[in-house]
Amino acid sequence: MKQLTALQQQGRRSNSFRNASSPLDATVDGAIKSPATIFWLVLHGLCCLISLVLGFRFSRLVFFLLFSTSSSPSATTIYSALQTTLPSSGVTSTPERNVSAGTGGSRVVVGRHGILIRPWPHPDPEEVMKAHRIIETVQTEQRSLYGVKNPRTVIAITPTYVRTFQTLHLTGVMHSLMNAPYDLIWIVVEAGGATNETASLIAKSGLRTIHIGFNGKMPVLWEDRHKLESRMRLHALRIVREQRLDGIVMFADDSNMHTLELFDEIQNVKWVGAVSVGILAHSGGSEEGELSMVQRDNNETDEKKSEVPVQGPACNSSNHLVGWHTFNTLPYLERSARYIGDRAVVLPRQLEWAGFVLNSRLVWEDKLEKPVWVKEWEDVDRDGEDVESPLSLLKDTSVVEPLGSCGRKVLLWWLRVEARADSKFPARWIIDPPLDITVPAKRTPWPDVPPELPSSAEKVVTIPESTEKRPTKSGSRRKRSSRSKRKHSAKVLDDRLSTRNPGDN
Amino acid sequence: MRIGRWVLAVIFGIVFWSRIEAFKFHRTQQTERISGSAGDVLEDDPVGRLKVFVYELPRKYNKKILQKDPRCLTHMFAAEIFMHRFLLSSAVRTFNPEEADWFYTPVYTTCDLTANGLPLPFKSPRMMRSAIQLISSNWPYWNRTEGADHFFIVPHDFGACFHYQEEKAIERGILPLLQRATLVQTFGQRNHVCLNDGSIIIPPYAPPQKMQAHLIPPTTPRSIFVYFRGLFYDVGNDPEGGYYARGARASVWENFKDNPLFDISTEHPTTYYEDMQRAIFCLCPLGWAPWSPRLVEAVVFGCIPVIIADDIVLPFADAIPWEDIGVFVAEKDVPKLDTILTSIPIYEILRKQRLLANPSMKQAMLFPQPAQPRDAFHQILNGLARKLPHDKSVYLKPGEKILNWTAGPVSDLKPW
Repeated sequence: MKQLTALQQQGRRSNSFRNASSPLDATVDGAIKSPATIFWLVLHGLCCLISLVLGFRFSRLVFFLLFSTSSSPSATTIYSALQTTLPSSGVTSTPERNVSAGTGGSRVVVGRHGILIRPWPHPDPEEVMKAHRIIETVQTEQRSLYGVKNPRTVIAITPTYVRTFQTLHLTGVMHSLMNAPYDLIWIVVEAGGATNETASLIAKSGLRTIHIGFNGKMPVLWEDRHKLESRMRLHALRIVREQRLDGIVMFADDSNMHTLELFDEIQNVKWVGAVSVGILAHSGGSEEGELSMVQRDNNETDEKKSEVPVQGPACNSSNHLVGWHTFNTLPYLERSARYIGDRAVVLPRQLEWAGFVLNSRLVWEDKLEKPVWVKEWEDVDRDGEDVESPLSLLKDTSVVEPLGSCGRKVLLWWLRVEARADSKFPARWIIDPPLDITVPAKRTPWPDVPPELPSSAEKVVTIPESTEKRPTKSGSRRKRSSRSKRKHSAKVLDDRLSTRNPGDN
Repeated sequence: MRIGRWVLAVIFGIVFWSRIEAFKFHRTQQTERISGSAGDVLEDDPVGRLKVFVYELPRKYNKKILQKDPRCLTHMFAAEIFMHRFLLSSAVRTFNPEEADWFYTPVYTTCDLTANGLPLPFKSPRMMRSAIQLISSNWPYWNRTEGADHFFIVPHDFGACFHYQEEKAIERGILPLLQRATLVQTFGQRNHVCLNDGSIIIPPYAPPQKMQAHLIPPTTPRSIFVYFRGLFYDVGNDPEGGYYARGARASVWENFKDNPLFDISTEHPTTYYEDMQRAIFCLCPLGWAPWSPRLVEAVVFGCIPVIIADDIVLPFADAIPWEDIGVFVAEKDVPKLDTILTSIPIYEILRKQRLLANPSMKQAMLFPQPAQPRDAFHQILNGLARKLPHDKSVYLKPGEKILNWTAGPVSDLKPW
């Protein structure tokens, strides 16, 4: 279908300049300049100038019209729908011979056509919206044809509590859940009782939510915090059992990041499934980061296999579950964070709750339907403190189904970034009344004073105060106080560099 | 009373059972049957309905040409070679020419390639003439009907007009010797010199294994609205614009280049096939000729083809209802393309996708090696079988001559 350039050009050129060149040749050969030759020269020059202005070979057009020869049989109907109208646009030459008609008259003619451009060649927002609706419908149809045949309700359990980073984390989880194309029940368990702050946040989702409070404030130490979160999740499972909610239970911790493929993948679970969780162990301070980098290099030279920061099921070549990948905490044992806001690496547990999904019928009361390898709920409920992961619900852990092509696909990421326990922020992130009083930075107790830990007599309170003017967060090396004097901030930085973990006893 | 209750229970049972059955039936009908103007013929088996005799031509007409340039097996005109190979081992082949309904002449006219891989058509008329002279002198069957029960595969740009440039092709017209034969070609445009009535239009060759290798899971959501990759302006051959594609491709570019719904560009991405499977509409505008392998690719990948080529005749048009499957847009309506596509009712779009998902549809567009049932080879044979039985008038009386052996340009009459 592509033409050959050389032959094409030969073919075309021979038409047009045959007439132009013959009078010129005569002039070049003859030394005598007659008025006719001067006229032709002038005409030729004029044509060149016009072509320069118009941008195409004007001479060719004129010569075709004036000296139409039999060598060019194609009928050219010249449209000028181009925006820049040509001076010769009035010329619409009638076709001399309608050659492309074979037996009957054909509308389709060979030759030069205009390029039709509409008056405003840009997207029309109405059409764009209609197109998006079409795309949505097509995708829904695709899902019903090729996706999961009988999608089950997803029951997401999220333990949370009010703190500076709650809005950040919870909004992320909320948006992931809102985009999941399945029916959803969101059970939000809040430490310290149900508050309006959280309620107003989750009401924006438009999902079916069950917001329950849990007695007991979130501890500052990470160890205690993990234990409380496990108890909160068990409390949520109790709700599932009491209300006989039917579906697939997943643990959407508010600090995690979920992909939408996760929701598609967990539909495949029969009873208990495990997915791979990417662990993004993050350290608070910069110097800690450098040191941990150095440490990692040492590790790489020592050990052959690198640390794969993924927690999840491990399979053999026949895709059967043989064990578990966990996060290698050995390099970090000495320097792991102990409390919220600690400038050390925050470590995950051996097996995070978030990496497991359960069929909600496992916690129901019916004796008949449940498989034999699940423990009785009463047994689990009794020793609530020691439940580290959903595997404690099972008598036999080999029945866990590995999901995400046997754990090869990482479908969610674990990352715990939290502000210090005593950090303050405006309630619901509404600054009311508006800022009009500036408080010098000297007043805030950070950053050289470490937070009070429960081992000392004082307990740390994390209730938000609406009168606080300036939100702050930990882990940042720069202070976002534009009103502090430079001297003061330099002094502060020096102090910070010199202090290590003062809380170690 | 008890009997009444039993009767009621039985009635309810029947009602529920029939509803469940109906529901099941509806669910399994995810692809629709394809029936064109010739009826439900995509699934016909040509074996037993016709007999084809393959002439044994000297190697210089086929095998030697292929040996000189094996690229002929992979370009879009490769159908002529694969059809020959298919017929040699097919069940419709007969070695007894007396009982044959159709006669096939294996001459590879599109295998004279340039360095770039484009076929040169300058020697093809002479090659064809020479082949016909050979068969008319060695066998009596050509002279019996002057070729009316012979068929030839001419997959080049403008079919048997044997030229890549439309003006020249129209000037030459179909080779005079082939006027009575059935032509199996890729070019199809209504009221055009190079399309005879009764020609069979076939899809261009597209490599089936290459397309199979790039399939992605059908759960991947289709998120591109309109997709196209290719030239809009052919600056090498048409520097001024307006000749190439009759200005239609340039119009698409100028009107929709900044439209986020239209994923159009001149790039050659490695994920071309994968992208087509993620698109809802694929543009198939004309180029220098109205047909293109894009149609085959769109059908195989389930993307609704948007055909922008006035008066085009699509492959197997009597067997495949292209109006129901693709969207036809007139070249003058290209500036309104976005409005046209978004105003198609959603049930129509879903129906077209269901028709495209039908495996018979995809199979009919492909030339797999080895041949499979209902593929393009079989559709060609089906088309030939539908033209049977031959009308008595095609058989000439002895001594009667219709074709003019000296017609055509003088250069064609030279021996090959």
